[in-house]
Amino acid sequence: MSDLEKFRAETRAWLEENCPSAMREPVRGFEDLYMGGRNPEVDHPDQPVWCQRMAERGWTVPHWPREYGGGGLNKEEAKVLQQEMARIGARRPLESFGISMLGPALLKFGTEAQKQEHLPPICRGEIRWCQGYSEPNAGSDLASLQTRAEDRGDHYLINGQKVWTSYADKADWIFCLVRTDNSGSKHEGISFVLFDMASEGVTTRPIKLISGSSPFCETFFDNVRAEKRNLVGEEGKGWAIAKYLLTHEREMISGFGTAPRTSLGSVAVDTFGADASGRLRNGILRHTIAQYQLDALAFGATMSRVGDEAKAGQGLGAASSIFKYYGTELNKRRNELNLAVGGEPALGWDGDVYEGGATSRDWLRSKGNSIEGGTSEVQLNIIAKRVLGLPD
Amino acid sequence: MALVLTEEQLMLKESAAGLLAEKAGVAQLRALRDADDALGFAPDVWRDIAGMGWPGIAIPEAYGGLGYGYTGLGLVLEQAGRHLSPVPLQSTVLLGATLLNELGSEAQKQALLAPLAAGELHVTLALQEGPLHAPEDTALRAEAEGAGYRLHGSKCLVLDALAAQQFVVIARTSGLPGDSAGLTAFLVPADAAGLTVERRSLVDARGVGALQLDAVQVPADAVLGDVDAAWDGLSRSLDIANIGLAAELLGIATEAFERTVGYLKERKQFGKVIGSFQGLQHRAAELFAELELSRSLVLKALQAIDADDPQLPVLASAAKAKLCEVAQRATNEGIQMHGGIGMTDEYDIGFFIKRARVVQHCFGDYNYHLDRFARLSGF
Ligand SMILES: Cc1cc2nc3c(=O)[nH]c(=O)nc-3n(C[C@H](O)[C@H](O)[C@H](O)COP(=O)(O)OP(=O)(O)OC[C@H]3O[C@@H](n4cnc5c(N)ncnc54)[C@H](O)[C@@H]3O)c2cc1C
Ligand SMILES: Cc1cc2nc3c(=O)[nH]c(=O)nc-3n(C[C@H](O)[C@H](O)[C@H](O)COP(=O)(O)OP(=O)(O)OC[C@H]3O[C@@H](n4cnc5c(N)ncnc54)[C@H](O)[C@@H]3O)c2cc1C
Repeated sequence: MSDLEKFRAETRAWLEENCPSAMREPVRGFEDLYMGGRNPEVDHPDQPVWCQRMAERGWTVPHWPREYGGGGLNKEEAKVLQQEMARIGARRPLESFGISMLGPALLKFGTEAQKQEHLPPICRGEIRWCQGYSEPNAGSDLASLQTRAEDRGDHYLINGQKVWTSYADKADWIFCLVRTDNSGSKHEGISFVLFDMASEGVTTRPIKLISGSSPFCETFFDNVRAEKRNLVGEEGKGWAIAKYLLTHEREMISGFGTAPRTSLGSVAVDTFGADASGRLRNGILRHTIAQYQLDALAFGATMSRVGDEAKAGQGLGAASSIFKYYGTELNKRRNELNLAVGGEPALGWDGDVYEGGATSRDWLRSKGNSIEGGTSEVQLNIIAKRVLGLPD
Repeated sequence: MALVLTEEQLMLKESAAGLLAEKAGVAQLRALRDADDALGFAPDVWRDIAGMGWPGIAIPEAYGGLGYGYTGLGLVLEQAGRHLSPVPLQSTVLLGATLLNELGSEAQKQALLAPLAAGELHVTLALQEGPLHAPEDTALRAEAEGAGYRLHGSKCLVLDALAAQQFVVIARTSGLPGDSAGLTAFLVPADAAGLTVERRSLVDARGVGALQLDAVQVPADAVLGDVDAAWDGLSRSLDIANIGLAAELLGIATEAFERTVGYLKERKQFGKVIGSFQGLQHRAAELFAELELSRSLVLKALQAIDADDPQLPVLASAAKAKLCEVAQRATNEGIQMHGGIGMTDEYDIGFFIKRARVVQHCFGDYNYHLDRFARLSGF
């Protein structure tokens, strides 16, 4: 038996024994995702149990180094773990901005002390992070941000406002872009700092979304203290870190574009019936679904190809922008089709007959996918300029 | 299987690009067209290509081929698409060799594949009868007579018909048009009595023809495979062919796109290069993303041939449908973004749109394959 096969057998046995049955139920909505933190939102008591068991093996973040709380798995092993989890339908034990965004940036740009301090609590799901990038006047044009950080010797004093800060009211810490210098070009003088959201002077005000939930906030900083040891990278050189982190955010968001296991075409046939040749009755709907399923297949193949090419040392430039653009547009198409196939029940907003409006709320939430993490138009600008070399 | 090219495949791609650019590019296609060349390709260039072993690229080594598989052939076809190479790769190699290999008896393979791999034998498929690809609707009749058969009917869209020494003619031996059962593949030599090969001229200016069969007599051993039972092998061959054509379309679309982006960086209007206008930039960026998706799907489908993947039919239709869509968009945008000059015969971009439409049409267009993709996906 090869090492990898042995690893698979052990992993399978361990998962069978340790994954609670409730954690093998399909994820229905955001409340089924476990985000951890000091005051975790627990929808099912097995969520923290599953998270803790996985964290003990480093498997909340399988590919991070062991010394920072990860699993130290290589790409093949991580893939095996993923396959074995998929086999029993195991949910991911922990989802967080710490894992998908801050972690990769700290691994690349953080000091040893910063990694030691911040990464293990992310892996254990103890500290939940939020992202302080956007401001009222700095959205797509992020580099024009104006939240100020004043040098006070051993710390910075932070004043200003962020907006659209997802989960700011639930998060324990924030990774935040601040301006330490206003004298140069707008990309200079930006710094990347970390601080505790429980610090004095931080206030958050939730904003309600069109989907009815309030996952994001306006966030205000009034003389907030951030220790200098929590400055990541050099002062004034935070833009490169900010951009690097965005590529990871985009890859995470584009994951929404991968096709779900249930084929929309089959669902439609069950609902509307097929003609004698087995074709869905409404030919117009059938065409739209077929186009969607074809593109979802091609998108999935592209995610695999780019992953495999990266392993082989070949690479596609600006892959994260292509994924972000295509994956989120695809997810919006999928959600529109969910309405088309679902009919009246899919438009339900409240009540048990409509499962609390899950379909319509997901549909509305999907509209944000092509805005958050850099809009579709911004991704197209990046592809046009960086990849195709078209001028300003 | 990892969706990535091996070192060997990358080298093959390089050498194909080099040879085709030099000897079989758009300039040669234009020259052949202007000379009204009946064959549609230059035999000496074909000999050079045969010298590289490409006719045998997907033919097993046991039959004199290189045994590189279809992923290798797909890479060569992609380059042939990029350069619009006027060479009989599609007819003889993608279709001819595949049909012999999929349908032929051991003796037929032994006899025919080696000369084909050496570039000496041209074999092409004669399938289509009406305006659209509809293999089940085959009506050309083959009637048993004595120890052999007599064939009556006509065929169109026979690729490189004037170069072929042998045709694989799909005929109905039983059942009715519309049945997939009852079809038989026959090997018919070009000089058979009663066979007329007529040259036809399509928009892409490549070699193509139509066949008229008036009581063409063939012996029993002209049957490729089993009587009445051509469907499975034909169907698999068509899946392979459509994936190969998707690879060609990928090359056509990519080249048309790159030429267009190049033009956007040169052409000035309103005091700036037109590539600085966001209305064009976003369309180019969207197309770039579509091309990346196309590339992944083509590679996945090519690998599915070599891996004997049971998903081959659905992947074949997926790849062909997607590439029809993207090649159509890339060539249309190619003309549009070139403005007036894109409409001129002198400028090469028009050759790409013409070839693309013929390749799109061959063996099922977007409508055919998206419908089939949906059917095979259960709806
Ligand atoms: C659900 C959701 C969650 C979010 N979470 C966070 C978070 O946790 N932390 C955080 O910091 N931010 C977050 N954001 C903010 C997000 O990053 C911004 O909304 C986004 O960058 C766009 O900025 P904006 O809203 O100011 O829109 P604007 O920049 O004002 O854009 C308005 C429109 O103009 C277009 N546009 C702008 N510039 C150009 C251009 N140059 N060319 C062409 N078109 C252009 C845009 O594409 C868009 O369609 C979140 C947003 C959403 C929707
Ligand atoms: C069949 C035909 C017949 C014609 N007949 C005549 C005639 O009889 N008399 C005559 O005078 N002319 C004639 N024309 C010329 C025609 O008017 C021009 O071709 C047309 O105005 C476009 O100019 P162009 O070819 O220089 O393209 P360009 O202006 O170079 O355009 C190239 C591409 O860039 C795009 N583009 C240019 N500027 C912008 C911008 N600001 N924003 C976004 N995109 C931009 C264009 O839309 C186009 O896609 C004819 C053209 C054709 C094709």
